[in-house]
Amino acid sequence: MVILGFLVLTAISIALTKDLFASVMLTGIYSLLSASFFVVMDAVDVAFTEASVGAGISTILMLSTLTLTGRYENPARHNTTLGLVVVVITGALLIFGTSDMPSFGDLLAPVQQHVGPYYLNQSYEDIGVPNVVTSVLASYRGFDTFGETVVIFTAGIGVLGLLGFTANGNAQYENTVAPMYQHKILRIVSKVLIPPILLFALYVQFHGDYGPGGGFQAGVIFAAAIILYAMLFGVGSAKKVINQPLIQILSALGVLLYGSVGVVSLLNGKNFLDYSVLASDSVAGQHYGILLIELGVGITVTCVMIIIFFTFAGRIDKKHGVAQ
Amino acid sequence: MLNHFPILQVIVPLLAAPICLLLQQRRLVWIFTTLVSAIALLISFQLLYQVQTQGTLIYELGGWQAPIGIEYRIDALSALLLVLVSAMSTVVLMGAHKSIEKEIPEDKQTFFYIAFLLCLAGSLGIIATGDAFNVFVFLEISSLSTYTLIALGKDRRALWASYQYLIMGTIGATFILIGIGLMYMMTGTLNMHDLSQRLPEVVQTKTVFTAFAFFIVGVCLKLALFPLHLWLPNAYAYAPSMVTAFLAATATKVAIYVLVRFTFTIFGVEFALSFLPLSELLMVLGLLGVFGASIVAILQTNVKRLFAYSSVAQIGYMIIGFSLGSQAGLKAALLHLFNHALMKGAIFMAIAGLVYRIGATNLEHFKGVGQRMPLTAAAIVVGGLSLIGVPLTVGFVSKWYLIVALLEQGLWPVVALVLMGSLLAVIYVWKLVEIAYFQTPSGELSPNGNEALSPQDALNPQDAFSQREAPWIILVPTWLLVVANIYFGIDTDFTVNVATQAVSSLFGESP
Amino acid sequence: MNILEQYNYWVVVCLMMIGFFIVISHGNLVKKLMGLSVFQTSVFILYISMGKVSGGTAPILDQAYSVFSNPLPHVLILTAIVVGIATTALGLALVVRINEEYGTIEESEIQQKDDREC
Repeated sequence: MVILGFLVLTAISIALTKDLFASVMLTGIYSLLSASFFVVMDAVDVAFTEASVGAGISTILMLSTLTLTGRYENPARHNTTLGLVVVVITGALLIFGTSDMPSFGDLLAPVQQHVGPYYLNQSYEDIGVPNVVTSVLASYRGFDTFGETVVIFTAGIGVLGLLGFTANGNAQYENTVAPMYQHKILRIVSKVLIPPILLFALYVQFHGDYGPGGGFQAGVIFAAAIILYAMLFGVGSAKKVINQPLIQILSALGVLLYGSVGVVSLLNGKNFLDYSVLASDSVAGQHYGILLIELGVGITVTCVMIIIFFTFAGRIDKKHGVAQ
Repeated sequence: MLNHFPILQVIVPLLAAPICLLLQQRRLVWIFTTLVSAIALLISFQLLYQVQTQGTLIYELGGWQAPIGIEYRIDALSALLLVLVSAMSTVVLMGAHKSIEKEIPEDKQTFFYIAFLLCLAGSLGIIATGDAFNVFVFLEISSLSTYTLIALGKDRRALWASYQYLIMGTIGATFILIGIGLMYMMTGTLNMHDLSQRLPEVVQTKTVFTAFAFFIVGVCLKLALFPLHLWLPNAYAYAPSMVTAFLAATATKVAIYVLVRFTFTIFGVEFALSFLPLSELLMVLGLLGVFGASIVAILQTNVKRLFAYSSVAQIGYMIIGFSLGSQAGLKAALLHLFNHALMKGAIFMAIAGLVYRIGATNLEHFKGVGQRMPLTAAAIVVGGLSLIGVPLTVGFVSKWYLIVALLEQGLWPVVALVLMGSLLAVIYVWKLVEIAYFQTPSGELSPNGNEALSPQDALNPQDAFSQREAPWIILVPTWLLVVANIYFGIDTDFTVNVATQAVSSLFGESP
Repeated sequence: MNILEQYNYWVVVCLMMIGFFIVISHGNLVKKLMGLSVFQTSVFILYISMGKVSGGTAPILDQAYSVFSNPLPHVLILTAIVVGIATTALGLALVVRINEEYGTIEESEIQQKDDREC
């Protein structure tokens, strides 16, 4: 439980530091710490995701934002008393609530009694996938995951709607020097590293049935590889590799792929997202279904992450362009 | 195919959203979006019919039975809300094209329609689902798209309003998440129906109490109950006019639906309103909302803000009805929920028409619109009368039921206060009427409106302010709503029947 | 009721409240979003904690183990993490736009500028 102690320390330092760069880093550390806590708690899939999202993507986005906005926050605080009062009341209520909770790790707690055991005992028979998290995520609660894919798509649309296109508008900034252009060693090392990262992403994508991983994590890793490339070789040259409108269309197609698997079930007279229709054998059908929808998730996540990064980076280019 | 309608209701707009991105052509996107929304409306009517003839509809997603998988569960209450939301979105979309062309830059219009569809699908998903966690997922779909829609407003304050809403909304959603988590912890299930059967065993525990408290606070943030309403006025005032119309008619209504669904279906009335002093608390907050917000509304100079505060006040009435915990009270709340959507829809659509011609939302710009744009101004007046609760409008019907419900419990002082609240509505509506009909426009009106005019209009501003009605494409849907305001005010069979059915099923189900 | 058994939850509550406090009390818009993500991450920890079974292992079926932790909270939190990053991304996009329009990302300064306009 040392991790929890570190978590508290990190959270307090985030609250205290005035340097926003430092707080971003601390937030990243916070994510990594909670990821390791998740591993201790047996939630390997969650840990994987939290590490790649919290410590990876969200840190990059926050740093990009700070490049645009400035490093230090205004020391003047407001609402401190009100904030304290609200927080203390809420916290007290929660502590009050904990007193009747089933004790931690108890096998007899209600959570472990009802639906949970069904998944653990039946899923292999129903779906034939050893990773129970994947079974629940992709099949039993596949509709939640569909919703989640749409949430990501919505965020992509939102960012595009707010920060607009950077596809062709600023051709003159195409050759903006990448922030890390001077670091020759970094460039060579990463050039060597990017292909394995992409391969790893593919492995994560298709191996989610057996080990931790799946479409979402794969998408994030895939996007991370491209973002790494962009940071080292300049957004301009990365854009040559990645075609913006195409990426947008792909992000939509990912959602549609997921949806159409559901529609196929509908057309076959079964309920939405019932994969058993995809093959003559229902377990095999579940397999195909999970593979397809994970692919849809992977495509959408990769594309949206890339879109978000490039729109932010486009703004940074624009700002530098104006400054020059 | 008919048995698949519950899911089609949600996935038709949901899948249409990414398709919009492939269409690219703006006009085409608009036609497509409107069509999709109309299809959703037809589906919702069919669902309402099915519910009335066959009772509650259950649809198991992925073919997995309820507590294992996610199920859709549609009863009279959800069916009513589905009709309301998809009808409002269809009407708003019909008029959206012109207004959006003027208020949102060209390259962002496609994103507007996509976000709109996502928002619609999110709201429908919240209403249709029978799974507590699924509510959270769809809540976020609709919230994220709402933030986007608001931020597309052309005033920079729209960005700030959207950011504030994002922070408040996410805190609200996280509170709801904590509430759902604690409930899950005590019961081991996420299905609403299953929860309602397993909760009574553990209902006395402090954990369930905490879960309920967090849930209530989270939802109240979302539905803008009086002290938690701070995000609403700015969001409504600076969002694009059509977005305001849609949000005013649906967003808070969906939040109230969630409140009703969780308190009545999951926790059960007895626990929710009698174990805690919640009933009294909500009633006081509702009354404070009615008075506080109405008084602030009177002081506003921006028409959209004025009606935004009026919305906060009207939410107060719904909460009063809800807090009674009686069948009559809930019926009044639901009727007002439906009717208020009609009123605010009509008013904000008409304002969108005015903004289209005038380009500004300050009261001073509205001088003399009564003569120059008689039909548009009349729409606002009818909506205003309905807000006040004048007989022959829907506003009268719901106020009547509310008062009957209050009298049933002998709450005379509250009745008096509700009537006084209506008087405040008279003041702010009159303020607008006076300016629109009894003041002549003061010479040149153009200064602030200029940037909103389309290029041709800006060239000859006189022409822009000549006596022209809003374009028919905005006017027709506006008047559809106005007519609905009067029709449902006279022929109350449909609304009252469905509301009664919804209420009795809620009370029948609760343990 | 053993006090020590709830220790985990108490720490989680503290974490949540620190995050919540950052959101309320800080005026910097980026900092608020950080607070929000700390708040959300802590809620994730709450969910994951409740799924843990003492002596259990990760819910990937294998002959070698017989006790597994509950997979359902993991699935819920995977979804919630995604929702969290989506919110953060959108929030940051808003911050960038606000900075462009107002020239600041401090709440108090924005409020001042708005008041002057009204």
